Amino acid sequence: MFKRGIRNILLTPFLIWAGLFIFVPLIFIVWYGVTDEAGNFSLLNMGLILQHGFWDALELSVALALISTVVCLLLAYPLCLILTERERDNTTIISLLFILPLWMNSLLSTMAWQTILEGNGIINQLMRLLSLPDLQMINTPGAIVLGMVYNFLPYMVLPLFISLSKIDKSILEAAQDLGASAWQTFWRVILPLTIPGAVSGITMVFIPALTTFVISALLGGGKLLLIGNIIEQEFTFQYDWHVGCALSVILMVFIVLNMLLTTTFDPLKEEAQ
Amino acid sequence: MKRELIRLENVAKSFGNLLVLDEIDLTIYESEFITLLGPSGCGKTTMLRIIGGFEMPDTGRVIFDGKDITNLPPNRRPINTVFQKYSLFSHMNVEENISFGPKIAGKSADYIRDKVKYALKLVNLDGYEKNDVTRLSGGQQQRIAIARAVVNEPKVLLLDEPLSALDLKLRRNMRRELVRINKETGITFIFVTHDQEEALSMSDRVVVMNQGYIQQVGTPENVYNEPENAFVADFIGDSNIIDGVMVRDKVVRIFGREYPCVDVGFPEECPVDVQIRPEDIKLAAPQEGAFNGVVTRVVFWGMSYDIDVEADGFEWLVQSTTGRTVGEQVSLHVAPENIQIMSKPQSEDEEVAQDV
Repeated sequence: MFKRGIRNILLTPFLIWAGLFIFVPLIFIVWYGVTDEAGNFSLLNMGLILQHGFWDALELSVALALISTVVCLLLAYPLCLILTERERDNTTIISLLFILPLWMNSLLSTMAWQTILEGNGIINQLMRLLSLPDLQMINTPGAIVLGMVYNFLPYMVLPLFISLSKIDKSILEAAQDLGASAWQTFWRVILPLTIPGAVSGITMVFIPALTTFVISALLGGGKLLLIGNIIEQEFTFQYDWHVGCALSVILMVFIVLNMLLTTTFDPLKEEAQ
Repeated sequence: MKRELIRLENVAKSFGNLLVLDEIDLTIYESEFITLLGPSGCGKTTMLRIIGGFEMPDTGRVIFDGKDITNLPPNRRPINTVFQKYSLFSHMNVEENISFGPKIAGKSADYIRDKVKYALKLVNLDGYEKNDVTRLSGGQQQRIAIARAVVNEPKVLLLDEPLSALDLKLRRNMRRELVRINKETGITFIFVTHDQEEALSMSDRVVVMNQGYIQQVGTPENVYNEPENAFVADFIGDSNIIDGVMVRDKVVRIFGREYPCVDVGFPEECPVDVQIRPEDIKLAAPQEGAFNGVVTRVVFWGMSYDIDVEADGFEWLVQSTTGRTVGEQVSLHVAPENIQIMSKPQSEDEEVAQDV
């Protein structure tokens, strides 16, 4: 579109930005991660991940992020399928429905969940009214998963919805015409055609779920520590930047793995019908 | 001889307030090539979708082979469709596309391999099994769509304007191919088009539709030579349609002159529409023919000329292999057997159509 010279000029601000605020900090993090307090090269801090507390937190983080991602996927598919079928009637209402949760500050909405789920929260008050025993909901892995799903579901729904609405209706009619039931049409046609959308949704849910510390702090009550909480503590309480950075680098491995998966199913490569 | 396969009984369909089909009765026979022809919005595609099961009629029934299939979903009808936009599965190669139906039906791998091969041969694309469908040309994609439908050995193949996206030369070619496939497989073809040339050149029978009603059903020769009303006459080929009065059997009055014709059975002094095909009019020297006029326009088409002649205040369209010059005095002559008498339209729907 632009001549080469103009293109380079237009690119410069971003390159400076990326260099200063993405690349340089990344080098710092890696540098702190592989050195000790004396500034000598050391993998000891990295090795800390194998210690009980850290390893458990990592395991729990990966497990809860995976569960949240799967739950989002299972919720988003039927939702998007129904929405694309009605799409023609009221597209704006639907897109609002997706975007609206994003308008609310996620800290506020997570705190709202806290008051709903806690020991004397709304749900337990309702249980008492019905003379049912109290439920222990807050400070459980379930509460954290709920918080993650609530916060990150729109990021799954959006790419999936876009991917689904790109499928021409006549493609689904063709499948039906060739004898496929609704279920077979989903497995053999809809699912394969929406893999790019699902993969970008998975990335957009899994990475923030893996690294979050706000949701686990508020709904885990400081008892359930995710790797994000431990990294936060290393920086804000222990003041041990080396350990914090080493753990961050390890977390990055998972993110890179996830991104490799995404590039194999690059949504930009998705052909229009 | 001709066995009935599909029967539509008093089918009607509306979308909201819009009536798209009404009082549709039609019988379709085994192995025939039948075309639903009409302008856009005439209801032909809706009729096809009702036969395919993609739309439910508001009233009426669809009978298939003696069984009522009105409420049967598409996946349970022994009918396959070739869609206008091909609608191939872009995530599958040619072979996977074609074997989609047989796989769903639970056929064996050997059977499927043979069938795919046969279907590709039928559409002249042998050896294309492993090709990526998105890389094929429009014509090739259309052939794959046909192969994908035919491989299921349906009793009926529905074709929804399948040639409209192809260029002229390819379209001509595909017309011949489709007729060949119809004869070779014995599958009943129900073909939807707005192109009268397509309908006339391919079909065993043509169903002319307009405004949601069937206007005429007949062989191509039948609807061309003996249109039942002015819409059919005007939509299929070019026509001169003149207001006339049937004086008595075999005599019609046009422009105040009694003229011999071959039609009988109309009441005396009955107003009628008179249709005369432009190629049936002979130009002669002034006073020799029935109507005197003057040439107002001449257009050369290669094989013939379109000549407009003004006579008695009416603009006649004449087709001739010899040209004339504008301003020339001529007279028009029509053989009695080339005058087609049609009843005046009874409903507004037929009347409106004359503007098309």
